Order: sequence, then structure tokens, then C-alpha cells
Amino acid sequence: MRSDIPLSRDRNARLVPVLVGVMVFLAVLAASGALALDNVLDRWRRDVTGTLTAQIQAAPGLGAEARAATDRRVALALEALRGHPAVASARALDDAELTALVEPWIGAGELLDDLPMPRLIDITLRPGAGGDTASDVARALAAAVPGASLDAHRLWLSRLMDLGEALGLLALAVVAVVGVATTLAIIHATRAGLTAHRPVIEVLHLIGAQQDYIARQFARHALTQGLKGGLGGFMLALPVLAGVGWLAAQVEGGLIPRVGLSPWDWLWLVLLPLGAAGLSMLTARVTVLHTLSRMP
Amino acid sequence: MADDWEIADESARLPHRPPGAEDTAVVRFERVGLRYDVGPEVFRDMSFTLPAGSFHFLTGGSGAGKSTVLGLCYLSLRPTRGLVTLFGHDVSRAPTRLLPRLRRRLGVVFQDFRLIEHLSAMDNVALPLRVAGVPEPDIRRHVPELLAWVGLADHLEARPSTLSGGQKQRVAIARAVINRPDLLLADEPTGNVDDRIAMRLLHLFEELNKLGTTVLIATHNEQLVRRFAHPCLQLNHGALTLRQPEPPQPRPGPRPAGGLQGGRMDRP
Ligand SMILES: Nc1ncnc2c1ncn2[C@@H]1O[C@H](COP(=O)(O)OP(=O)(O)OP(=O)(O)O)[C@@H](O)[C@H]1O
Ligand SMILES: [Mg+2]
Repeated sequence: MRSDIPLSRDRNARLVPVLVGVMVFLAVLAASGALALDNVLDRWRRDVTGTLTAQIQAAPGLGAEARAATDRRVALALEALRGHPAVASARALDDAELTALVEPWIGAGELLDDLPMPRLIDITLRPGAGGDTASDVARALAAAVPGASLDAHRLWLSRLMDLGEALGLLALAVVAVVGVATTLAIIHATRAGLTAHRPVIEVLHLIGAQQDYIARQFARHALTQGLKGGLGGFMLALPVLAGVGWLAAQVEGGLIPRVGLSPWDWLWLVLLPLGAAGLSMLTARVTVLHTLSRMP
Repeated sequence: MADDWEIADESARLPHRPPGAEDTAVVRFERVGLRYDVGPEVFRDMSFTLPAGSFHFLTGGSGAGKSTVLGLCYLSLRPTRGLVTLFGHDVSRAPTRLLPRLRRRLGVVFQDFRLIEHLSAMDNVALPLRVAGVPEPDIRRHVPELLAWVGLADHLEARPSTLSGGQKQRVAIARAVINRPDLLLADEPTGNVDDRIAMRLLHLFEELNKLGTTVLIATHNEQLVRRFAHPCLQLNHGALTLRQPEPPQPRPGPRPAGGLQGGRMDRP
């Protein structure tokens, strides 16, 4: 469709796609960071919130007396754990299971009687337990039973998760800030572009153009510009994302879970440039209608 | 010549005045006063009527308020006092959505032309048709015809900035008349052209007038006013007087110094 308004030849207006591009670039990076982090956290959350293992040190000494003392500790630990609101169930591994666990290293036999074997307790947490549940359980356990500890790896993971969640919030905050800045920048640039065309708007108005006829042309132009800038920024962000993904894959080795984005995540990311384009279109329309409504 | 004026497509025009409504006022000022944001009242208690199909000149010294009167007529200004009606609508009270329809019945030649710099002469003239939704093929047929008639056949694609003052003025006039307006308002439309072209343009306005367009032309050019026997609204210190044309002049008749009648010669 043709346009009476020479918008595309306007130097002023050329700033808009660049601006939208930069903003979308930043927003895509921040948003994909937030999304990828959330995926990692999800996996960790599944690991951590499912089960925990508590380890009870054996009482010093050998023989039946020491064994009985250790049993008492296990009983105390079980009591403390079962009384904890986040724990669904706690079960001490019996001798057979413990033996099976150490067999590969120590060999079969009446060893348990001879060695001060620590005892293990399988803890199942209630669904929906938060990231700090593990440390909370650990505190309760340590208070009830001296020498009891929670599986260190999982505890560490849960702390890392706290950090991760904080980082995720931070990334979301960045997306939000970039979003607001983009909105303001687009509104401002669109307005600046329109000021240059005020004489044209005036003439069209005096010639009897409907407000919608004028607003439509500006909106269409702003949409094209916004799409150009938005998709450009999106395309520029892709190699950066690929690079970060490659770096993350390099350190893979169990330390960091595979970093990746799901198709749903990609849909969200694609929505960013489209949203920016839609936003500039809407801004142009609203601004023009506002300008026109103030003309006699 | 008549063919030149069949240019506006039927769909571009608004319903014609019903027959027998010839004496309805197209423009009516009743005790109108106007004051800009700053400064004193430009005029007050101004009353006049432009009956449908009439042809008036509007004269007055520089700063007398001619452009202001026209601005009130083409809805760019609203009276601060009194009543202005356009095609029977009180302009101060007409609903906003009606205004574009009223404006499309107008053809305006602005004193400063107000051409759109980035558009070619052709696209500038086509604007009122496009705004009114006239199909493109009709536009491409009619616009060059009219531009050729005002002597700009070789400048269809020229940008206004590359045209001379008089050429710009002719583009502005073409844009004002392309739609066969019901009311033509021209602010100093012959200020930048030589007498021959001025006559030709005035005849163009008369031709439109014969087809039913009400015409109001603001001008300094007393000679022009005398040459064409039309009533003249004279603005003087905020007061308006209507001067009827002097006893009928034999316009096409022989005149000692020929120059000015040239325009008449290319009429059929
Ligand atoms: N936008 C404006 N703001 C304030 N005052 C204005 C404005 N436009 C015109 N005026 C004042 O209104 C008065 C009438 O101006 P107007 O333009 O109507 O005169 P004019 O008869 O068209 O003059 P000219 O023949 O020079 O075009 C002048 O005194 C002018 O200073
Ligand atoms: Mg003037």
C-alpha cells in the first residue's frame, strides 16, 4: 500500500529501528539467560527436593554396646526427622543394605560388627519443599543427634540453588528494566519522528483526511521499522547465545547441568522482537491520534 | 475545456446540493470575533453570508485579517465570539467526526501553499483524491490532465522545492480544485504569477463557479478585482463592507491594452 507521508525517507525515523534492535538484542540476552537458568534450577530442584540422605556417625568403640549406642542415635535421628514438617518419610537402611553398599570395597563378612560403620537414613521430602529445606533439615538433625550430617553434595547443591534463584530474579529484573527502557525509547523516537511530519499531518488534516487514514500510515510505517529493528536485534543475539551455549557445553562434566532452551523458551524469545514492533506501532498510532485530536 | 472539469470521480464528490437550494448560505458569519492566543481581536462583530454559487473577492491591506477569515472558513480556526456556519453546520459545535466530511467539500489554496515537500507535484495534487478514496487509475488519469492545464505538464514528477513560486502556486491551486469542491477558498492565489497566468487561473475559478462551486478569493490585486465583476468584501480596520461590482463591464469586449484578456482566448 502506498503512503502519502514520506516516512521512510526520514533521517530522524531511521533511529527507531536501530534503537529497537539494540533493545531487543539486550532483552533477548537477558531473557534467554533467565530462561536457561530457570531450566538448570528446575533440574536441580528435582534432584534436591526429591530425597536426602543423612549419615549418622557410629558411636566410638566396638562390640554390642557401641552398636546399641549407634542404634539409639539412629532412633533419635529418625524421630527428629519424622518430626520435621518438610519430611514425608525417613527410613534407616538396614544391615543388609549397608553391607551391599560397602561390599564392593570391603568385601563380604561379619565386618559390620568389627568396623564402626556409619549408618545411612533415606529421607523423602514432601513435594513442594523449597530450596532451603535441605539446610533446615540439616540444622534440625544436627541439633538432635551429635555427629549426624546430611549428604554434603546435596546441601551444597541447595545453596547453589539459592544463589541461582537470586540470579534468575536478577535476570528477570534486567528483562523488566530493558522492557521499560525499550518502551520509553520507542515512544520517544516515534514521537520525535512525528514532530518532523507535523506539517504533513496538518495538511492531510485540513484536506479532510480521517484521523484513521493518517494514523494508519504512521502505524504501518512504525510496524515495518519495528520489525526490521526487532528481528535484526534478535538475529544479532543468536550468535552470542550460540557462543555462550558452546562455552557452557565445554565445562560440562557434571558440574553444570546442560544449559539449553526449550521450544517454549524460544517462543518467548521470538515474542520479544514481535512485541517491540507491536509496541512501536501502537505508540505511533496513539501519538498521531493524540496530535490530531489537538488540531482544530 | 468542460472536459477538464469532469475529472473528479463521482465517488470522490459529496452529494450535490439539492436543486432549488441555490440560495442556501454556504458560509455565514454572525457577529464573529476572533482573537489569537496573543494580541488583540483581529476583528469583531463581523457578519456576512456567502450564498451557494456566489463568487466573492476578499480585499484588505496586509494584516487586515484576510487569511484569518479564510482560516475560519476552512476550519483551521474557531471563532472566539459569534457564530460561523459552514454548509449549515455551526463549526464550533459540529461533532469532530463530521469535520473531515465538511473539509472534503472545500478546496483551499493556502497563502503559503503548504505543499508536501517529499511528494512530487502529481502526488501533492492527488492527495485530496487519495484521502477521499478515489481509485488509483482515475487518479493517474485526472491529475496529469489538470497539471497540464495549469501549465505544469513537464513537472509532474518535480518536488515542490525545485519549482518556482508561481509553479508551486499552480500546484497548490490544482490540489484545491481537483476534487471539484463545493466551496473554493483561495488566499492570494495569483500573488506569484504573471498577469496572463493570473487571468487564466481566475477563469478557472469562474468556470468552477459556473459549475456550482462557491468561490471566495482573498487578494491585494485591485486590478483583478476590477477586471472581474464580482462582489467584493473589503476588510478595513476590523470592519467589513460589501462592495457590489461597478456597473457591468463588457468583459470580453475590446480594451485598449490587450494583455489581460489573453486568458480568455484559449476558451472554447
Ligand atoms: N497565528 C497567529 N498568531 C497571532 N496573531 C496572528 C496569527 N496569524 C495572524 N495574526 C495576526 O492577525 C492579524 C491578521 O492577520 P492575517 O494573516 O489574517 O492578515 P492578512 O490580511 O491575511 O494579511 P496578508 O495580506 O499580509 O496575508 C495580523 O495582525 C496578524 O499579526
Ligand atoms: Mg494572508
